[in-house]
Amino acid sequence: MSDILHIENIRKTFPGVIALDDVSFSVAQGEIHTLLGENGAGKSTLMNVLTGLYHPDRGHIRIAGEQIHFTSPRDSLACGIGMVHQHFMLVPAHSVFENILLALDKVPNFYSRKTYQAKIQKLIDEFDLDLDLDTPVWKLSIGAQQWIELIKLLMRDCQLLILDEPTAVLTPQESERLFNVLRKLRKQGKSIIFISHKMREVMEVSDRVTILKKGRSIATRTRGDFDESILASLMIGKDKIPQWQKTLQMSDEIVLDIQKLSVRNDRGLSDLDAFNLQLKKGEILGIAGVAGNGQKALAEVLTGLKNTNQGRILAGQKDITNSNARYSYIAGIAHIPEDRKTIGIAPDMSVDENLIMKSFKSGSFRNWIFQNKRAIRRNAEEKIEQFAIKSGPDGTPLRYLSGGNIQKVIIARELSEHPAVLVALYPTRGLDIGSAGYVHKVIADGADRGMSTILIAEDLDELLKLSDRIAVMFRGQLVGYVDPRKTTREEIGLMMSGETPGDSA
Amino acid sequence: MLEILLDATVRAGTPILFATLGAIINERAGIINLGIEGLMLIGALAGFSATYFSGSLLVGVVAAFCVTFIAGSFHALITVQLRGNQIVSGLALTMFGVGVTALFGKGMVGLTIVGFERVAIPGLSQIPIIGKAFFNQDMLIYFSFLLVFLVWFFFYRTRWGLGVRSVGENPAAADTCGFSVSLYRFFAVTVGSGFVGIGGAYLSLASTPMWIENMSAGRGWIAVALVIFAGWSSQRAMLGAYLFGGITAMQLRFQAMGTTISAHILQMLPYFFTILVLVISTHRLQKGASQQPEGLGLPYDREDRK
Repeated sequence: MSDILHIENIRKTFPGVIALDDVSFSVAQGEIHTLLGENGAGKSTLMNVLTGLYHPDRGHIRIAGEQIHFTSPRDSLACGIGMVHQHFMLVPAHSVFENILLALDKVPNFYSRKTYQAKIQKLIDEFDLDLDLDTPVWKLSIGAQQWIELIKLLMRDCQLLILDEPTAVLTPQESERLFNVLRKLRKQGKSIIFISHKMREVMEVSDRVTILKKGRSIATRTRGDFDESILASLMIGKDKIPQWQKTLQMSDEIVLDIQKLSVRNDRGLSDLDAFNLQLKKGEILGIAGVAGNGQKALAEVLTGLKNTNQGRILAGQKDITNSNARYSYIAGIAHIPEDRKTIGIAPDMSVDENLIMKSFKSGSFRNWIFQNKRAIRRNAEEKIEQFAIKSGPDGTPLRYLSGGNIQKVIIARELSEHPAVLVALYPTRGLDIGSAGYVHKVIADGADRGMSTILIAEDLDELLKLSDRIAVMFRGQLVGYVDPRKTTREEIGLMMSGETPGDSA
Repeated sequence: MLEILLDATVRAGTPILFATLGAIINERAGIINLGIEGLMLIGALAGFSATYFSGSLLVGVVAAFCVTFIAGSFHALITVQLRGNQIVSGLALTMFGVGVTALFGKGMVGLTIVGFERVAIPGLSQIPIIGKAFFNQDMLIYFSFLLVFLVWFFFYRTRWGLGVRSVGENPAAADTCGFSVSLYRFFAVTVGSGFVGIGGAYLSLASTPMWIENMSAGRGWIAVALVIFAGWSSQRAMLGAYLFGGITAMQLRFQAMGTTISAHILQMLPYFFTILVLVISTHRLQKGASQQPEGLGLPYDREDRK
């Protein structure tokens, strides 16, 4: 096998952050090469360097033996490198046809719609996909959008395909289908860089695995030379993972009862459609579902960011659907938001200030109308100690902290008033394994104290490990509950694509 | 009566139509241009002086396009290449346009030229009621009809147009497909500005063939508002421009008939309706799907980490 891509000693820094320290690896023709690493290890940055979006500070990229310098994505595309980004590079308002046409090379300015529609349709048929060329992309499911991204690359005849965590938005069955397509492409002699942190998938498809850690490539292993435990130990190294024990103590008392709730989004479509959910006291209720099936709307309704169109929310016996009652109740709901930097915190304010955002009105942090700086500082010191936050010098704007530490600040603030309910939306997304373990520990400890948690996550393993019950969502509706100790991944996978199980728990 | 009113509608609406189309081209690429008012003035003066010195109306129109193209390139440089604030840069361009045309226009005040004359299109102009209004007009008005079609055709039937729309919606997507975001945005701003300039030139070459200081009289701002009313579509820009033109024509008619209503109130009407229309159209936009380009107003930095 000849190497089509060779990367040497790549380094890339951003102000205040070393994203890539020293990375070398190579990709042979016709192989699936997996990049494995924790969140924040630099996988996406490395790929953005490869696609010409970022300029490396130093290091070399060689393609088919020739040293190449990318100045823009155009250069990278010209070398046959294409990528399916984690955040799709699609224009939501444009049709499928326009999105694919945009990616095509050598289209004349006055193109013939018919010719190109036929060309694209041919490829769509070849992969047996159900895509209508005239539908605007925003109407499609996330899974379908990913197929469009892949078609864009195939239409352009890219020889090296990069897929950045493609399975994050797919059900297990859809992932299987994707892997089959990847194997087929490999047979055609294309090379694939596959990025993931799900061990199961890595074992399934990889020919070789390169492990990235803290911006360095620390090892490359060939198939047969690795198993899950070798990879895990290489990836995590000596990092300590917080240990926690979960005690089962679910009561039958219902703290939140959502009945036939409907919520429409800005585009007038239903995010939640006659959605029912019951949350019991002291339980961790996992919500499984492919991203974009209403999880976000659920969290937003429960935390007061969105209004309901129909249906009721009961807290105990009290109807809290209507605004006033809801907002006072919501004030007691803890919320770990999806996008921690834009919704979770005020990024330019200090740790001290961010920590009192939920309670700045209370008397303990103010003298009449002035801030009580001493009390605010004391509170921060307590929280920093208690949650082991690495906060940097006093007054450091929160944006400069790592994702894990920002998440700890949010958790410290949200749990400070011992809430009865916690709504956590993808709480471990983008965190390294140590920080993710810490988040799990906090949630499990909270359950011991009687706090009920709605845990929305995309990683099934995480849900299976942590939840007392799992509710599966599909197209804004509840498909059913499963017991994580009895169910299988396949069962949940089927439910995630809308199939009601025969015996729902 | 209706014929005269329709005729006046088209004539009053045309400069705004050009300006709105120009602004749409800007905003489709994701750049807000609040310099429309200033660009119209620059176009009006450039068109008038070029025609005055050369004696050719065509030279005047071409000059208006070219000079505003250059004026617009300052806005493009600041907002696209330097990623500056689009609002501030646009406002500066308007103030620059007002000032610079007042200064260089001093010597042009009171001079006259022979403006565009009506050319009846045989056959079509005989259609009852609308024939005279639409097909017994000057060449610039015919060009504006053509431009409405061309802008639509460009956006929806050419690859360049797809590129412009894409850099306005999601510049990162266009970038990763190999389109140069800065190049597309730069030319969208400058060419769009050029058409705004022709709108200005219509005032000084056709409406009233002379140069009057500040003769655009707020029409540039109307155009900025009409872009939203039109939902960034060229055909609806035509509708919006003629709606405004129609109200202008009507209030002039009222004044000519000698009503007791104060002329100041009547002159206010077109602007008042613009606000009204804007309120209604924004309200409707919030309810339905937004047509606003998603990347509007946002500078694009490839290495920006989200």
